Amino acid sequence: MRIGVVTFPGSLDDRSALRAIELAGGIPVPLFHGENDLKEVQAVVLPGGFSYGDYLRCGAISRFSPIMESIILAAEHGFPVLGICNGFQILCESHLLPGALTRNADLHFICKDQTVSVENTKTPWTTEYTEGQEIVIPIKNGEGSFQCSDETLAELEAEGRIVLRYVGANPNGSRNNIAGISNKRGNVVGVMPHPEQSIETLTGPSDDGLAFFTSILKAMVSK
Amino acid sequence: MATIVVEVMLKPEILDPQGQAVASALPRLGFTFAQAVRQGKRFEITVDGEPTPTQLAEVEKAAETLLSNPVIETFVVKVEK
Repeated sequence: MRIGVVTFPGSLDDRSALRAIELAGGIPVPLFHGENDLKEVQAVVLPGGFSYGDYLRCGAISRFSPIMESIILAAEHGFPVLGICNGFQILCESHLLPGALTRNADLHFICKDQTVSVENTKTPWTTEYTEGQEIVIPIKNGEGSFQCSDETLAELEAEGRIVLRYVGANPNGSRNNIAGISNKRGNVVGVMPHPEQSIETLTGPSDDGLAFFTSILKAMVSK
Repeated sequence: MATIVVEVMLKPEILDPQGQAVASALPRLGFTFAQAVRQGKRFEITVDGEPTPTQLAEVEKAAETLLSNPVIETFVVKVEK
């Protein structure tokens, strides 16, 4: 099972994502922002970092990179995409996901282990969790506050498209404690916390994040 | 040469923590006039000669697709000499 990870100029967590895929039992395939070749991967991870320096707005310039043209087209036809942190911001800027990520309410860059609950276990990235399961994975961002219109928020809630929600105090002012959402079809998921940094207890607060990667591998096999 | 200016502001309903931080810093310096502050972005685009209607339409399109994010921001385009 080949899963791609895109490296943009300024990506930070691309290697961690490649490693998580390998640890989950998949074949990690590095992809490059300047090429439009998806190299026959069956799913793609957009990693965290500061792509294109986050100039203008986070994810705003990455959205127009050649690889994103291929990914946007494929995602519209059901191709699984997971955006983590900066990847989530890119998916919002690409309009594959609704809303936007804005400056944290207290203006601080937040880096800490965060408890979140998995609210939707039907996406190909979350089937290995149980609904309502609380997991601990790190957040590390300056612009993680999810904002959208009242109509969009109502739609996300009604359609069960909140994938992750912060447990306890809201760290950044995100509407309805939202930490992750999916598109209507469920194939495109964006999360602010970093599951790829929580794949083994040696390097992370838990191994709770690994199930994102075992989920997608399972979804690919059963296809 | 003329300058086409694009001003981008967060929509009123979107939380602006940067503006709030500025608003709370002002009274510390003795400036007590501000009821609220919103912070935005300004782009100055230099073009050769008078901007044509086609150029302005293109800037409008660029403002909508790249310079602003219509989900959270609004923009205005104007010409300065």
